[in-house]
Order: sequence, then structure tokens, then C-alpha cells
Amino acid sequence: MTHNAVVLGGNRIPFAKAGGPYAEASNHDLLTAALDGLVARFGLAGERLGEVAGGAVLKHPKDFNLTREVVLSSALSPSTPACDLQQACGTGLETVVYIANKIALGQIDVGIGAGVDSASDAPITVSDGLKRALLKANRARSAGARVKALAGIRPRHLAPQAPGVAEPRTGLSMGEHQALTTARWGIGRAEQDELAAASHHHLAQAWKDGFFDDLVTPYLGVAADAIMRPDTTVEKLGALKPVFGGPEGTMTAGNSTALSDGAATALIVSEEWAAARGLTPLARIVDAEVAAVDHPGGADLLLGPVAATGRMLARRGLTLDDVALVEIHEAFASTVLATLKAWEDAEYCRSVGLDSPIGSLDRSRLNVTGSSLAAGHPFAATGARLVPTLAKLLHERGPGTKGLISMCAAGGQGVVAILEAV
Amino acid sequence: MSALEKAFTSKPGKAIAAKAGLKEPPRLARGRTWPEGAIVLAEIGESTLARETLALLGRSVESPIVDDGQEPAPGYGSRIGALVVDATGVTTIDQLEQLRAVLRPAVRGLAKSGRIVTLARPAEGDWEQRSVARALDGINRTVAKELRGGATATLVRVTPDTVAGDLVSTLGFVLQGRSAFVDGQAWSVGHTDSPATALDDRPLDGKVVVVTGAARGIGAAIARTLARDGAHIIAVDIPAAGESLAAVANEVGGSALQLDITAADAGRRIAEHAARAGGIYAVVHNAGITRDKMLVNTDAARWASVLDVNLAAQIRINDILLDPATDGGLVDGGRLVGIASTSGLAGNKGQTNYAASKAGVAGLVEAMAPDLAERLITVNAVAPGFIETEMTGRIPFVQREIFRRSNSLSQGGRPVDVAETIGYLLDPASKAVTGQVIRVCGQNLVGA
Repeated sequence: MTHNAVVLGGNRIPFAKAGGPYAEASNHDLLTAALDGLVARFGLAGERLGEVAGGAVLKHPKDFNLTREVVLSSALSPSTPACDLQQACGTGLETVVYIANKIALGQIDVGIGAGVDSASDAPITVSDGLKRALLKANRARSAGARVKALAGIRPRHLAPQAPGVAEPRTGLSMGEHQALTTARWGIGRAEQDELAAASHHHLAQAWKDGFFDDLVTPYLGVAADAIMRPDTTVEKLGALKPVFGGPEGTMTAGNSTALSDGAATALIVSEEWAAARGLTPLARIVDAEVAAVDHPGGADLLLGPVAATGRMLARRGLTLDDVALVEIHEAFASTVLATLKAWEDAEYCRSVGLDSPIGSLDRSRLNVTGSSLAAGHPFAATGARLVPTLAKLLHERGPGTKGLISMCAAGGQGVVAILEAV
Repeated sequence: MSALEKAFTSKPGKAIAAKAGLKEPPRLARGRTWPEGAIVLAEIGESTLARETLALLGRSVESPIVDDGQEPAPGYGSRIGALVVDATGVTTIDQLEQLRAVLRPAVRGLAKSGRIVTLARPAEGDWEQRSVARALDGINRTVAKELRGGATATLVRVTPDTVAGDLVSTLGFVLQGRSAFVDGQAWSVGHTDSPATALDDRPLDGKVVVVTGAARGIGAAIARTLARDGAHIIAVDIPAAGESLAAVANEVGGSALQLDITAADAGRRIAEHAARAGGIYAVVHNAGITRDKMLVNTDAARWASVLDVNLAAQIRINDILLDPATDGGLVDGGRLVGIASTSGLAGNKGQTNYAASKAGVAGLVEAMAPDLAERLITVNAVAPGFIETEMTGRIPFVQREIFRRSNSLSQGGRPVDVAETIGYLLDPASKAVTGQVIRVCGQNLVGA
């Protein structure tokens, strides 16, 4: 027997720039705040839920069992189980899919998908040389042997190592990869800046309209997304220097996402559970898919979601015209623009195994309340930000309205999902 | 804490203050606690209302010592906890002597946090009778000022048809520590069909109560106290206060609604949120703001914002929630409570806008109560005096110390004192109490 998994709502904390107001907060702190806000909104204090799935991309070793520890710190019943998942920047969406699948199979009837990242509290590790020397000293049986082992430490061993941001198989950072894609697809500077400005303006308007009143709970005195620049313009963005793609590059700090801190959660339940509580579901989780491309073989790193989108729509007998709203995660403005071009490109779509191009999207249906360029992108949190946001937007437009989420992720991966308002 | 305040609250500072006549204020007994000592019942006339009500409360009573003119005046052997005087039969000036005769020994023999409670009729009848009704008010207020050790005095007006079940929640509240900071006050109890038969320790079990401004201060205390009494709390506050609002909601096992009550759709959104819980039993309109300035400096914006948040918003919300067509609205037999203020009742320099809004709340509940009686919905207000909160903590120390001591109990009240009074009004057994404004001010020197 299968059940309909529906989105009841969500909660996140405002996102902020790394090193900003949440500089002293850990992944644990951020996710606990987001989870407690969700618990309060839906009156779940003391309740045992089926499962909470969460994750972070940048994790300290002490973040072992992060989500379960967060549940224990939260107002939920301590008998609520939890697990950590990680699928790079797709994590927040993948946790929702994981919970929705369990609900669909009848294994649980209520769960939470979540994600968190703190680029401020990034795990700094010691060098391999220092680690080897310390372990050797620890194993030493005599004081002399211990001194000898420790004498092996060289000054160069003492420099802390920041987490790698480069793709392990290409040595290129995500921005450098995207710069290749930007050039290959001929994405211009102006259109990137226009997309970034629109993201800020849309997000600011949504805040002004009170759209986030039941989606966000303030944290540490921050009451709204702190990266958002309501008054930015294409002209202001046009003045920024390129940071990726060399001196002739078109990608700037303004049209690339900032390193961010934040956490987000989405409450996913069975239709029966919602009805028994008298709660109104926002949208049903119709389908989801993950795809990957061979980026070490030269494929565009962040176009992984294209194949997944095409296959998922085809499987459901849907076309782009059936989808009222689209959320494409704004890793970079040029990622969104390249994705849209790829959807229209018959040859590219064929090359990833699709029968026909996905189609052309009317921009008025894209990221209507802004996205990661304006809100920020705490890696694993973004998917759990997108799901409640889109579910609420669809619900406002009435039952049957469908929406698509497309998220690129490291490793050439892409996570996509379809929601339908109920 | 300022250097001056630190010095004042230090041990030597306290000793010097005591020498100067500033005594350490009495510790008030709070919560669902009865007076320590016997409850003495004095009956002037034929009425058995007080006797029957005390029986419903499960309290045994003792006979009063009467000052019959012997010298020295007779006294109680040991301290008594309370004196309840059933003065509903007092109609003449001569009968007031009987009141004096039981009050004199009792005032002298009252334990700490003791209670003097007088039951009387509303002003009616001939000229002398109406004059005497008012005389009782003067006696109550004066006794309250003379009592020491945290003891309080209260006058309860009862109508001829009031029965013990109508009065049980009121007498229970007045006698218990819940009324610690209610002093020198008078209010009325009427009569309704199928009155209560006992005092319930969890009177709000399973009932949905909306508390606005619940993120901190008095609002958070209201949420906690009503949750202790069994209520499911919908905690409402502005989105910017969401973090502490969520903490309060989770602490009391309720839910949080981030909402600006002045929004045009505020009533509808409260109802939507409450619909899942099956409708609202009570709304406590606690949210309020101050924008203090002397009138000569008060512009239209300061004027409008205070009146909108403190008064107009609750009228708009009530209109939606009282509409029987609203899914998730206020149920028949429900409760509305507004927050007035001693500033509103007495006026306060620099607070014309605030006083207007808070006096307006008092006027509102008096106006609504008779109109909603048919639906068995009661509408009341509490009027806090100086309450120790984060907000009043920002008043400069010397001024604050003067404010907090300017009442018969020589101290500021606590948020829980306001909350307990609201809990009493929300008690289903309090259905015969409507249209009342109860001051929670320790008999502040200002105010009616």
C-alpha cells in the first residue's frame, strides 16, 4: 500500500554570510534553532516523529550523528530517531525525498527533512605529517621513543588545513568548473547580473509581503535574510570584478552565491496524518530523481539535473508547460542560465539520453520569490529551503498546480523533484 | 544594574535603607495556596452565600471574635488566615458597626499574606442603602492600606440571585496566593445557569487559548500559567520576536504563530491556525506597545501606532473570531480578556496615547460584555500596575524604586500575578464574571 507524502510546511532560520552574525554558532546550534522553530509552528513539542533526516556538507568529526544529537537538543521527544545523509548541495532535497519515500511506503507517517551548513565553523584539520607524528608518539612505549616521534614534527606540518573546495578528480573549484560551462554555453555578463538582481528583488518583495512569516524564525537577533540586498541594481552588480574565468571572466561575487551559514527544515507527512490533525497540506511530493554526469570526462559539472529533469517529466507524462513554477537553485547565475539553455538544446538533451529537448521556460515562472544568490546558500540547507517555499507558492495558486525543483551538486550530480498543490 | 542600584541592594545598603525607613517589602505567598491559619466567617444578616461557597471550596470555617466594647479589645489566640464577611445584609449605617466589630480583631490577628474578603450587594435600594453600599468600598480600600505582611483586602459584589457555584471561582481566587498582587479592589459576580460545583485545579484542560504578545514578559507568563492550568496555547507575536516565541511555545507544549496583529488578515490567520485545534476557547489580547512622549511632542504617527496595536487591532480580531461563520473562531461559552493599565484608568504623564488605548480597553470590555452574554461569552480586562519585567527594568533605578514601592504591598508585581488573574477569569467556573476590570497593582496609589 502506498501513501501520499505531502509537505505541511517548513521552517528555517534567516541565512547569513559566513563569518557574520552566526560566526560563533555550530552546525548543531543552527539546525537545532531551525528544528525548534518548526516544532513550535506545528505544536510538535514532546512528540515522537517517525524520523528526522538531516545533513551538512562541511562536517566536523564531532558532528558525528549530527541530526540525532540535534533532535536530542530540540523540543521533540527524545524517542524520535534521526539519521545523517549527505549528497553535497543536494542534501536538503535528498533528505526530503528520503522521508517522503518512507512515508509513501507506509514505514512512517511523519518526518522531517533538513539541512544545515556553517561555512564559518568549517572543519579545520591537521596535516597528515602532524597526524602521523602524534599517532606514533601515542604508540611509543618509552619516553625516549615519544620524544623521538615528536621530534619528527616540522613547522610545515603545523599549518591547519581548510576543507577542500576543489573537485577531487579535476582539481578545479566549483567556480572554475562553472566558468568553463559559462564560456562553453556563451552566457554573457549582463544576463547573469540581471538574474542576480532579479533574485534580490524577488526575495525582498516576498519578505515585504510577509511571505516568510510562516517559513522563517529569527535566530540570534537576525530576523531576515542577511545577504539580501533589496536595493541592488544591474549597474551596481556590473561594477564588480570577475572572480572566476580569468580577467575576461563574467562570474563575480555578485552573480555567484556567497559562502553562507544557515539551516532549514521541511515537515513531510502522510495525507492521513495531516487530516487526523486537522492540518492543511500545501503540496504532494509527486516524484524525484537524482542524476550524475561524467565531469572528469569533460561534462559540465553543474548540469547534472538536466537529464534527471527530462527523465522525470517523461516518466510522469508531463511537459514543462504542465509546470506552473520552477525553482532552479542559483549556485551561480550562469548555472541557471546554462540549465535553461540546455533544456532548449536538442543536441545536449540527446547527449544525456533524452528523446527531445525539455523546452523553453518563461522566466516569470522561475524563482519567483528569489533564490540562493539573494538568500545565500548554506550548502545542505538549500534543498530544505526550496521545498516549503515552493509548496507554499503552489498552494496559493490552488490545487493541482505543479512545480519543479532542480538542484545541482558537487560530483556532477543533480537532484530534482516535482511537487503538486493539494 | 547601575552602581547606585548595586549599592542599594547590597547588604550594607539594605541596612542603611532600613534605618532610613525603607523596609524590606513582605514576601507574598503565591500560587494555588490557601492562607496559613483558620478561615473565619462573619455573617451580618441572614445570607448563607459565603458559608455555602466556602463549603464548595472544601474549607472549614471558624466563628469570629467580636469587639463588643470590652477593654482591652478581644483578640484571636493564634493568627488567622482570612476573614470572610458576608455583608450582603448590610443596608443601614448602623449595621456598619457590626462590620467594624469583626474587622478590628481580625485585622490585628491576620497572618502574613492573609485575606479580608467582604461580600456585598451592588448599590441599589433607598438613599441610605445606596450610600452604605459605597461606604463598604471606602472601608475595603482603607483596610487594604492598613493591612501588613502582604495581606490583602477585596470587596466582591454579588447580586441577589448569585449562588455559591457562581462565586466559587472568585472566592477561591481571592483567598489563594494567585491573587497576591490584587489588593483593595472591588468587582462583581452575577448569576448564570448551571453554576460550578467545585474549584478545579486544571480548569483549562484541553482548551485552546490564544495569547498575543506571548514572546516575553507578561505574555510569556500568561502562556506558562494558563498551560499549567491545562490550556493548549497558541502563542502569537510579531515575526521579529519569533525566536523567543518559539521557545515559549515549545516550553508550554503549544504552538507559535508569527503574526503582526495589526495586519488586515490577522483575525483570519489566527482562526486558520486554531481551526486545526477545533476552535478557540479564549483570547488574551496581551500585545501592546508604548510610544511615550509628552502630549506637546506627540505626533500623529505615535498616536496612531499605539491606538492601533493596543485597541483597534483587538476589535478587528474580535470581529472575525466572534463571527459564527468563522471556522476556528471563538466558541460559545468562551472568554475574551483585554489588558488595560493603571495608566489608562488614572492617566499618566507622557502617555496620552497609551492611556487612551488602555482606558479604551476598559470601555471595550464593559461595552461588549452585555452584548455577548447570550452566547455565554465573558469579556473582562485586567489592569496591571507596576510589574517587574524587562520593560520596566529599563526605567532608571531611583524612579523604578519609587514606582515599585508606591502601593500598599510596597513592591512591584510579577508577571505571574497578572497571569493568575487572567487564569481566574478564564476558568469555566467564572462564567458569572463579565464586564469587569480588575486591577493587579497591589493597590497602587494612582488609579481609581
